[in-house]
Amino acid sequence: MARTGAALKPAPFEYSAPSSLDEALALLDDDSRPLAGGQSLVPLLNFRLARPERIVDLNGVAELAYIRRSGGVLRIGAMTRQAALERSALVAEHWPLLRQAVRFVGHAQIRARGTVGGSVAQADPKAELPVALAALDARFHVRSPRGERTLGAGELFAGPLMTTLAPDELLTEIEVPPLPPGARTAFAEHARTHGDFAAAGAAVVLAPGHAAVALLGPVRARDAEAALRGGAAAPEAAALAGAEVAEGHPRALTAELVRRAIEAARS
Amino acid sequence: MRVALDINGTPYEADVEPRTLLSDFIRHEAGLTGTKVGCEHGVCGACTVQLDGEAVRSCLMLAVQARGRAVRTIEALDHPLQAAFNATHALQCGFCTAGILMSLEPFLRDRPDAGEAEVRQALAGNLCRCTGYEAMVEAVRIVQRGEA
Repeated sequence: MARTGAALKPAPFEYSAPSSLDEALALLDDDSRPLAGGQSLVPLLNFRLARPERIVDLNGVAELAYIRRSGGVLRIGAMTRQAALERSALVAEHWPLLRQAVRFVGHAQIRARGTVGGSVAQADPKAELPVALAALDARFHVRSPRGERTLGAGELFAGPLMTTLAPDELLTEIEVPPLPPGARTAFAEHARTHGDFAAAGAAVVLAPGHAAVALLGPVRARDAEAALRGGAAAPEAAALAGAEVAEGHPRALTAELVRRAIEAARS
Repeated sequence: MRVALDINGTPYEADVEPRTLLSDFIRHEAGLTGTKVGCEHGVCGACTVQLDGEAVRSCLMLAVQARGRAVRTIEALDHPLQAAFNATHALQCGFCTAGILMSLEPFLRDRPDAGEAEVRQALAGNLCRCTGYEAMVEAVRIVQRGEA
């Protein structure tokens, strides 16, 4: 052993490592933060931007890590690693949009630890997975000692880095319905450096009689979707999607990425 | 708290606070200073080590979270990549090199025939500010051709 007590970046906290969901739920309150993959929370701890009194480490809660399909519906446990989503043959075959999107999340080293549920609950407005999940009409299962509830993306995401989850609630599962028959999907984004947070991004699901367009936020571009269902050309729908974001460069970039995603999904 | 970790097959034990990062445990408690610490928020990749065979950022994990897992650092690496990096001058100051090698080894294990674009993507999570990446890409090609 070299020297002891040398370097400490985060502010002090109590550390709990529950091994079951019930145990974890009993530990969550106003002063605690759940720790999933840690790829967003640990930087915040290192900068002391987050100073929770207690860290509830979910990495020992094995019951929250799974990818399975039942009745045509995909169920992703909140503690599923992004790398597991990326490698899943089931996901690649039936929900290709998730694989198309997860590859843009950070780098391989980040995806090895980062979790799907963490990415959702962090609600970073630049995160890719919430965009893909919003386009897929995913449902989010939430538990607390008080009970269970299930939310759509519009009910869960409340703004940049904000969700409607109460401090004692935990996202436990993400449920993704089957794609409509004949659906084609695409994800497009632009980041100044590979692996960086994107400046703009879009997920597209197209099927006969169905269109979903989601942008970073996540935001559903409803006008663009209606236009696509009415047979609009890609540039026209893309311009409507661009109108969802701030004028100028973000709008031009978003519209161009949506156009590319529509064309990729139609090709 | 008492934390006992397996690093490179050797047990290391220390009394540390729960807030101790894995990167700091490796350097300051285990004394394994081959692992470098750069940005400490997951951007630069200098602190990359392997956890159960996968490349991870050791600055984005608490030391206590590595209990019961196999941590592997540059000190345990014995791979043709090292000779290839030497041959192509793929490092200058060397600060990023440990993280890059610990990232590339599992990448080549999983994707032995990866093309150049994929190799460049695999390098994207590690910042080098001296040489650039050309020589690193060439070093990987040498290993893939079995010439290292």
